[in-house]
Amino acid sequence: MIKVEGLTKRYARNVAVDNISFEVEKGQIVGFLGPNGAGKTTTMRVLTCFLPPTAGTAQVAGFDVLESPLEVKKRIGYLPETPPLYPEMEVVEYLDFVGSLKGLPSGDRKRRVDEVMEKCSVADVRNKLIGKLSKGYRQRVGLAQAIIHNPDVLVLDEPTSGLDPKQIIETRELIKKLAGDHTIILSTHILPEVESTCEHVVIISKGKLVATDTVANLTSRLRGAETVMVEVGAREGSLDAAHVFGKLEQVAGVSRVTARDPREGHARFEIESVKERSVRAELARMVVESGWNLHELHTVGLSLEEIFLQLTGGESAASTGESK
Amino acid sequence: MNNIWVICKKELNSYFVSPIAYGLMAFFALVAGFFFYSATAIFVQRSMESQMMGRGFPMSVNEWVIRPVLSNVSVIGLFLIPMITMRLFAEEKRTGTYELLATSPIRDYEIIVGKWVAALIMYACILAVSLLDILVLFAYGKPDWKPMLVGYLGLLLQGGCLLAVGTFISNTTRSQIVAGVGTFAICLLLWVLDWVSAFETAAWAKVVSYLSVLTHFEPFSKGVIDTKDVIFYVSMIFLGLFLTARAMESQRWRA
Ligand SMILES: Nc1ncnc2c1ncn2[C@@H]1O[C@H](COP(=O)(O)OP(=O)(O)O)[C@@H](O)[C@H]1O
Ligand SMILES: [Mg+2]
Repeated sequence: MIKVEGLTKRYARNVAVDNISFEVEKGQIVGFLGPNGAGKTTTMRVLTCFLPPTAGTAQVAGFDVLESPLEVKKRIGYLPETPPLYPEMEVVEYLDFVGSLKGLPSGDRKRRVDEVMEKCSVADVRNKLIGKLSKGYRQRVGLAQAIIHNPDVLVLDEPTSGLDPKQIIETRELIKKLAGDHTIILSTHILPEVESTCEHVVIISKGKLVATDTVANLTSRLRGAETVMVEVGAREGSLDAAHVFGKLEQVAGVSRVTARDPREGHARFEIESVKERSVRAELARMVVESGWNLHELHTVGLSLEEIFLQLTGGESAASTGESK
Repeated sequence: MNNIWVICKKELNSYFVSPIAYGLMAFFALVAGFFFYSATAIFVQRSMESQMMGRGFPMSVNEWVIRPVLSNVSVIGLFLIPMITMRLFAEEKRTGTYELLATSPIRDYEIIVGKWVAALIMYACILAVSLLDILVLFAYGKPDWKPMLVGYLGLLLQGGCLLAVGTFISNTTRSQIVAGVGTFAICLLLWVLDWVSAFETAAWAKVVSYLSVLTHFEPFSKGVIDTKDVIFYVSMIFLGLFLTARAMESQRWRA
């Protein structure tokens, strides 16, 4: 459905996207993952024919973005980073305008506007001015706008950025609901977003392709990196941190233990396990059986930097420090 | 064609939901009303004088009222036009809605022409306010309507040409203020170019003064349609809109 080959986009000073290639099959939902400034927006702008590529090609539904932009645009629904909304318009009026812009005949338009308002749960604000809507509603009107002409491909640029946790969950649910009808490519700089919404992932950093894979494969490739934080305290008297350290190292499956700053008299450690192994249960049992108190035990999610570190064998780790 | 209308309708809608449209109309009603009133007052006084001095032939309303008023109105246009065009593209670029237009299956020229036509309709609506004053003239006298029609046609052509310039300038910036001030400056320039002909008669001065939009309005205000002037305005309109299209194209590649 989407085919990108050797895509390069150079701005006046810098190369934003550097020779990346990937493909998206029909019906897939693909996460486009990378830290800020990685070139996600730029790639999406090339796909949506907003910017021409400097080199390489991009095809959507078999049409080249340079050769037949109108055909590509007809088949793409696009939600830019900031939803393109007119604050002085009512929701219905706006969706009707976008519908006509996308070439929907006026006969179908009214029905279609009602449909997408229902789908994106914005029907209750249909006659409100967009300028008066909350951020969550605006994002959903933005999504409604993107699907109004029932496009084959949906391009969503950071669809959950700037929303509160409840709105994020709602928006992700909505995107998953849309997945059946459209091929979706969505960008994000947060890993859990990809895990919760996408089947496939394309990872880029500094304009370069780092990995393309299924989310399942990616997580298993990364599983070795499970990191657990434990906080241990003595039942009575003071705790011998070195002793605890030694015991932790001996737990089966633990590959590395790092002592952290103690908190309120409790010793804290960061523990990494070997690949494919969860060590939390054993850790807990050992601590309790040794007669200590277990104050805290949780897995530390991998940050994007750590993922890049894992995927690129450490080389690009320093250069991706700008991620959030 | 349909796409042009879609864009045009949206622009008209945003003109008329904002207070600016009504503000401009009210401002114009006041100014045009004042012009009519003073021109009519002078006319009445002069005709009485000429009657007392025993000159037989009556003075023409068209020549004494309509003509000076239309000339003044065309100058007012210089102030109205930047206000009408400044937001056309600049605002969409600032808020990001431009990305919606640019990624929709619609051609650049359809966006440009749609916006320009909307601006022209807005300008025509403002000018239409002065028709009230004309009605008053019809109530009290018998002006000839044909030269008036030609005069208004001239105003629209001249307006269309400056609106095309404004559309172009609005496309080059994200700031309405910059677009407005820039358009005003260029309109002013296109207006005063004519002044060189007052002190210089060399060939270059003729060329410069030819470019003045006001020079070409003179015949219209007298009720004369000269093909030369129509061609001038129409080609200026094409030039302005063509430059806008070029700007859109080059912004895409340079971005
Ligand atoms: N219009 C532009 N002109 C020049 N440089 C740009 C422009 N847009 C983005 N960039 C640069 O290109 C790089 C990639 O940006 P972008 O595609 O927005 O990344 P992302 O969306 O992944 O955060 C960044 O270094 C950014 O500064
Ligand atoms: Mg971005």
